[in-house]
Amino acid sequence: MTTDMSTGPTTTKADWTSDQEPRWCPGCGDYSILSAMQLLMPQLGARPENTVFVSGIGCAARFPYYMKTYGMHGIHGRAPALATGLATCRPDLDVWVVGGDGDILSIGGNHLLHALRRNVKIKILLFNNQIYGLTKGQYSPTSEIGKVTKSTPLGSVDEPLNPLSVALGAEATFVARTHDMDRTHMQHMFRRAWEHSGAAFVEVYQNCNVFNDGAFAEITKKDKRPSMLISLQHGEPIRFGAEGERGVIMNRSGELQIVEVADVGEEKLLIHDERAETPSLAFALSRLSSGPFMPTPIGVYRAVEGPEYASHVSRQLAFAQDRSGPGDLHALLRSRATWEVA
Amino acid sequence: MNKVTLRVTFTGPRSGSGSAEAVLDCNSGRSPDALPRLQPLTDEDRNRKGTHVTDTAIQQPSQRTVEDLDRLVIRFAGDSGDGMQLTGDRFTSASALFGNDLATLPDFPAEIRAPAGTIHGVSAFQVQVASETVTTPGDAPTVLVAMNPAALRSELDRLEVGGTVIINSDAFVERNLDKAGYSDDPLTDGTLDHYNTYLIPMTSLTKEVCKDLGVKPRDAERSKNFFALGVVSWLFDRPTQPTLDWVEEKFAKRPLVAAANAAAFKAGHAFGETTEMFQATYKVRPAELEPGTYTSINGNTALSWGLIAAAQQAKLPLFLASYPITPASDVLHELSGRKNFGVRTFQAEDEIAAVCAAVGASFGGHIGVTTTSGPGLALKAETIGLALSIELPLLVIDIQRGGPSTGLPTKTEASDLNLALYGRHGEAPLPVVAAYSPSQCFFAAIEAVRIALKYRTPVILLSDGYLANGSEPWRLPDRDDLPDISVDFTTQFNDADSDGNPVFRPYKRDPQTLARPWAVPGTPDLMHRVGGIEKEDVTGNISYTPANHGLMTELRAAKVDGIAADIPPTMLDSDGPAAVAVLSWGSVWGSVTSAVRRVRAGGSAVDHLHLTHLNPLHADLGDLLGRYRTVLVPEMNLGQLASIVRSRYLIDVKSITKVEGVPFTASEIAAAIAGAVDDD
Repeated sequence: MTTDMSTGPTTTKADWTSDQEPRWCPGCGDYSILSAMQLLMPQLGARPENTVFVSGIGCAARFPYYMKTYGMHGIHGRAPALATGLATCRPDLDVWVVGGDGDILSIGGNHLLHALRRNVKIKILLFNNQIYGLTKGQYSPTSEIGKVTKSTPLGSVDEPLNPLSVALGAEATFVARTHDMDRTHMQHMFRRAWEHSGAAFVEVYQNCNVFNDGAFAEITKKDKRPSMLISLQHGEPIRFGAEGERGVIMNRSGELQIVEVADVGEEKLLIHDERAETPSLAFALSRLSSGPFMPTPIGVYRAVEGPEYASHVSRQLAFAQDRSGPGDLHALLRSRATWEVA
Repeated sequence: MNKVTLRVTFTGPRSGSGSAEAVLDCNSGRSPDALPRLQPLTDEDRNRKGTHVTDTAIQQPSQRTVEDLDRLVIRFAGDSGDGMQLTGDRFTSASALFGNDLATLPDFPAEIRAPAGTIHGVSAFQVQVASETVTTPGDAPTVLVAMNPAALRSELDRLEVGGTVIINSDAFVERNLDKAGYSDDPLTDGTLDHYNTYLIPMTSLTKEVCKDLGVKPRDAERSKNFFALGVVSWLFDRPTQPTLDWVEEKFAKRPLVAAANAAAFKAGHAFGETTEMFQATYKVRPAELEPGTYTSINGNTALSWGLIAAAQQAKLPLFLASYPITPASDVLHELSGRKNFGVRTFQAEDEIAAVCAAVGASFGGHIGVTTTSGPGLALKAETIGLALSIELPLLVIDIQRGGPSTGLPTKTEASDLNLALYGRHGEAPLPVVAAYSPSQCFFAAIEAVRIALKYRTPVILLSDGYLANGSEPWRLPDRDDLPDISVDFTTQFNDADSDGNPVFRPYKRDPQTLARPWAVPGTPDLMHRVGGIEKEDVTGNISYTPANHGLMTELRAAKVDGIAADIPPTMLDSDGPAAVAVLSWGSVWGSVTSAVRRVRAGGSAVDHLHLTHLNPLHADLGDLLGRYRTVLVPEMNLGQLASIVRSRYLIDVKSITKVEGVPFTASEIAAAIAGAVDDD
């Protein structure tokens, strides 16, 4: 994935934009994510012919149609499985998976877990809007308790999933969060995911302006961001606020806690370590906020190197050939007891 | 010198009766120079009702007759832990090496170790060995080896009357009789009156012979199946060296186990030779088989090797994604050990992930294959529909078992035909190929891959539990005789837009095959998107236009229908004019072939039509069926093919069904044919 950028980008946004008109609702957060991606690709030095977007079903899952790359719009929930087969056979490709919270966490939750724990080189972008959009407004596995939707007229009684906790629980080697209102931050997260050697999971808070408008407004509106978004920087104390006046510490019971820096002193602030060997700290960070109405960390929670799946598979093929020689069909058919009939 | 004293009782119409003790030299597998000595009988022996024992001294074994048999059907039965599958397998291998034709039927419970000694735990293995061509594991066994009371109880009914039962008498103690549900001892209550019965204390003899090897008695007992194998190997004149070589190789890392098994095998063999128990030995001479190099193969191995061959003949890498399921897992096992062929195997998290990963691999230019059985095929349905819609090669292999639901996991059935043909939403036709014998699974795999690649379509290949685990001798094909099934990836623009600029149209079809171009990621300029939403003809863009959906539906169907011109005709076995025909598909081919031969030998005329492809059907089938007054369709389901033939050709075929977890016997089909011939 190393690219010679000395001569500058060899592609432009147009090279990544297909001739298909996006069919998302006007004002959908998906537009800004698409645009961020199309603008980023030339900067990465990626090649359209070596890039594949794979998706399942849902609004987000239309994403591949709009990228002028190879793409597969699959079936509901199965994008990580489709992508796993492709990435296992073709480690030379950049394989991205795009899906919504229903697609990736509900019907496809199982595949997400296994793609992450195998560390297949696929980049999974979860467009989390906390609602089913394409089926017109039912609650999703990330909808908050009490959510009134078409299928929960008295409010949802389902405890929501925390996507980052799930990913970290599956020992994902790269976990990040961003949101659709900040192109620069999105691009930074997508770049980090692209550069990562194994499976990457990026949750994108995405606004569904038709069925769940403003779900993240409390934390992503420009004037709210300083006080509500905690930008994680590796090796730096975790702090936020317009003046950096608030921060995160680990209290005596080992839980993370938001404090006024002035109250505890700078030296008590937790230093973010995205490369920590175990996902424990990242997991604690993923529990810091119980919803997009509290101060919420964004950025890279975890980025550790682990053995990548396809390279393991390839190494085993090479090992088997070294040990047994290249496959010989004639010999294989005669590998058990044989006899001659004259 | 490892010697053991043997003690036996025996009875039966052919063998007479007696009791004997013999001193065996188990190292040589031959009796020592000393004559067998008579052992005085105990009261217990005398009191065993129905077992006629005498005090007559044993004569030196020399006056035995050697009888020639055209065929022998032997069934090994014991507890799941008794190693009966292995015993049957070894007998089969030795027979194959000897040059017999043969066919096997492993028949084991779904539980890995059901409670020991119970009927549920009985594991059996049947093999027919013959000096002529055979296509089935035989109807009723002529010989039953029963290692415990449960095995006797569960299997005796299958044995032909007057047949031979060889029994491990040590296992017939009260506790085991209870577990098997016997209130009286079947060895003495007349149960065995109509059989040639040989009671051999196999457990104690095996323990005895292993004593000096340093093997613990409990471990030694585990070798009693080799003792049984030794006895029948002697009785039926099987070569011993292949078994001894196999033991040495198989247990090379556990020399004590190897020594115990070899000693038990030799002791069993020597036992047969030394005691006067058996009045005759039997020879099944080598069969007249076509010249060539042979190996013994079961269906799942043949299938696995066929996939490897298909990949080589297609010059593409093979990717197998599967979730473990009986009876398909052995294909995953076999191929995961063949990575030096460039085979990638992937054990997915579930059946759906497996087929999806295979589709992903196909998108990337590999041969995506997934193996499963009925329940898994049901789960994969939606993804198969996706592959059909995005028109990518995919091979789905269904090793059928008894259904519905969990059904009979280890028993055979052929009841997934409707699921394979119709088990998807929407108009979703796809090619279906069915294997018909264990070795033919090799060629069926190549044919299924050929169709998938050439027509960019998912193909379902049907095998079944009987083919999967049954084995037969296979004359190995020459690689030069295998078809070239390679296809080209599209690497260039294939059309021009309205301004004359070159473009790639992912759904611009080949006019002959109607297949769409296969351009794989990594190919410059040909970036395109595929998906399950209806696509516009030629461009592949999303289209909801009514007429386009109609057109695409018809094009997908026409593509599959067109394959009829690219497959062999119906397999026709005719011996002159006949008014009656049997139409078969899948593994019932073996029983039908055998039955047809039998009926013809009886002077009646009958034809055999066999289908290797279930969709599209062979182009000549309609005309062929029209020739007969009666067409019988035997199936291990409730008449699925029969319904298809009736609706498609308006011919009222006669459906013969069996859904019992076991294949048709040749007799059952022969009887049906005879009935039809008589009625005719």
